[in-house]
Amino acid sequence: MPVAHKTGAVKSKQDEEDGTETGEGDEWMQGKTLIKPLDQLDLTEAELKEEFTRILTANNPHAPQNIVRYSFKERSYKPISSVDQLAVHFVLEGNLLHQDSDEARRQRAKQGDVEEGGGEERADSVESKAGKKEQKITNQFNFSERASQTLNNPLRERGCQTEPPPRANFSATANQWEIYDVYLEVLQKQEKNKEKAKAVPKKDDDKGKKKMMLVETQSDDITKVAKVAKIIERMVNQNTFDDIAQDFKYFEDASDEYREQEGTLLPLWKFQYDKAKRLSVTALCWNESYKDLFAVGLGSYDFTKQGRGMLVFYSLKNSTFPEYIYPTTSGILCLDIHKHLPYLVAVGFYDGCVAVYNLKEETLQPIYKSTAKSGKHTDPVWQVKWQKDDMDNNHNFFSVSSDGRVVSWTLVKNELVFTDIIKLSLAGAVSEGPEGVQLPIMACGTSFDFHKQIDYLFLVGTEEGKIHKCSKAYSSQFLETYNAHNMAVDAVKWNHFHTKVFISCSSDWTVKIWDHTIKTPMFTFDLNASVGDVAWSPYSSTVFAAVTTDGKVHTFDLSINKYEAICQQPVVAKKKTKLTHIEFNPVYPIIIVGDDRGYVTSLKLSPNLRKKPKEKKGQELPKGPEVEIAKMEKLLSLLREPENSNA
Amino acid sequence: MAETTESKKEEADYKRLHSFPLIRHTDMPEEMRVETMELCVTACEKFATNNENAAKMIKESMDKKFGSSWHVVIGEGFGFEVTHEVKNLLYMFFGGSLAVCVWKCA
Repeated sequence: MPVAHKTGAVKSKQDEEDGTETGEGDEWMQGKTLIKPLDQLDLTEAELKEEFTRILTANNPHAPQNIVRYSFKERSYKPISSVDQLAVHFVLEGNLLHQDSDEARRQRAKQGDVEEGGGEERADSVESKAGKKEQKITNQFNFSERASQTLNNPLRERGCQTEPPPRANFSATANQWEIYDVYLEVLQKQEKNKEKAKAVPKKDDDKGKKKMMLVETQSDDITKVAKVAKIIERMVNQNTFDDIAQDFKYFEDASDEYREQEGTLLPLWKFQYDKAKRLSVTALCWNESYKDLFAVGLGSYDFTKQGRGMLVFYSLKNSTFPEYIYPTTSGILCLDIHKHLPYLVAVGFYDGCVAVYNLKEETLQPIYKSTAKSGKHTDPVWQVKWQKDDMDNNHNFFSVSSDGRVVSWTLVKNELVFTDIIKLSLAGAVSEGPEGVQLPIMACGTSFDFHKQIDYLFLVGTEEGKIHKCSKAYSSQFLETYNAHNMAVDAVKWNHFHTKVFISCSSDWTVKIWDHTIKTPMFTFDLNASVGDVAWSPYSSTVFAAVTTDGKVHTFDLSINKYEAICQQPVVAKKKTKLTHIEFNPVYPIIIVGDDRGYVTSLKLSPNLRKKPKEKKGQELPKGPEVEIAKMEKLLSLLREPENSNA
Repeated sequence: MAETTESKKEEADYKRLHSFPLIRHTDMPEEMRVETMELCVTACEKFATNNENAAKMIKESMDKKFGSSWHVVIGEGFGFEVTHEVKNLLYMFFGGSLAVCVWKCA
């Protein structure tokens, strides 16, 4: 609104229209001389000094001074009380809004949204899209929206923690004295080692000891495996020879039913040892306590070919390798295993020595051995047999040898003490020695056997073919003499059941059965070849088997056939092999046969060979040795009667 | 007089005899053990008067060679109980009177 000024010098607006130029020019050209414009009013000076008063008011000159309006109320024209004096010179519409107005609020709202969603592009884009959508109208007929979203694999968290390295605690004390002590100890040890190192090369024993140590340490490793290895060896053998094992246990020859009187021998395992190949089997013995263990003595019968010998133990469980091996300097001729102590073995050698081995010990040497001083025989020892412990509870055994002595050996502490029991002198044969002394010539004892029940009674067979019945009590005289054979008596055996009966075999091809009360044999069998050995069966009093040098095993059962063998079977492949020994197993129905090539063959007896007396209907069969004795007695009585009648 | 000279001789002897490095306890593998022992001997001989520097040298070398982090104690009279990583402990005597304990524990 223009402000009212009251100034004297200011010209009126209307007048100034013309004089504006001069006014402005006046100011502009102040310094210059005044130029009168041509159309300027010429006024007198008095007129010039006349003051005109001008009043500026807020009244709008253009505004009407009286406006009359028609008032319908009064139905007349009335003047408006006040006339609007406002003169608008310039109008410019602006963009400013009052902050409290609606529009402003609306705008602020919009702005607020945009500011908040400034970070998110999507919101922005959505907004913008929304905005765009609002703005852009899509073509309804020709617009299709295509959108696609790839598959986002789901995220998975995986974590891992490695194990920290293991830790341990350690504690100690570091003191001067502790340090000193430790040093001293170490120095002492070093000194000891030096001494040992010096001492060893001086002594030879130490070397031996060292070797022993080495061997021991070596064997420590092996011995741990030894037991296991043994079991595995047996298992492997069992598997390899499975069919034999099955036969041994279960096979019964069915064809025996058709053969009334004959039987067969089924070959089972064959035992051989490499190092014993050139030796012949000279002795066989079953172990009473361990029914599957037997001992084989190896040596040579040949006088010219005498070399070393071997004592070998086999088990039926392992037929490929012996359980125990003892090499000896001289050939073994006989052996016997103690009945009650299965680890004590008495052995007789070709060179006349006797020895006792202890299987429990690791060494290969016998625990006792007779020497020239201690009364060893001067000739080969043909038979040894364990006896019952004597009164001092010492073990003792007897031996018989070609030097004509029957000697009893007693194991006293560390020694073998000998006692001559009897000297076998040739009856009637006396030779003249130096200075006319008459020396009795000794007979050569080749075998003996002790009575099962009567302790002091025993039989000795000699090389001359005689059998002497002797007693331990009488040292010079025989109780009885039988003229048994024409050649050396190879074996004499008492019957297991019948107390009076014994059997003998000889190289004169015969086997004879005796009653010791009668001087002549009860039975005589001619086997067509030199008989090496004969054995009674442990289960029957009438069954026995003999082996001959032609490789055959003859089995007899007197209750079935008194004159012939019920089984004659060659058991070795080559005919040249001579069978040397035979033994029945005390429990199982098998026999072992040794030959002169070092082999031991085991054979199973077929049922016919093991016959027991038939049961009579309704009668209980009395078992036991009495039956056997009765059987034998019956046979003998048959023989005796005709004899008696003959005589 | 004779006694004192004898005792002096003994002392000298004992010092001479007992100064070789003696491993009292260790569970390190052979190679590591030998190397560590030689390092300890070298350090102790170099810093015969200053145990701290010797220990420092040992520790830093061990860290470089066998990884962090090693701890070393050298002294003549101390007791200790430590937790160490298995197969990373060496406890040895040296010089007749020094005890060195080196172990690793991260």
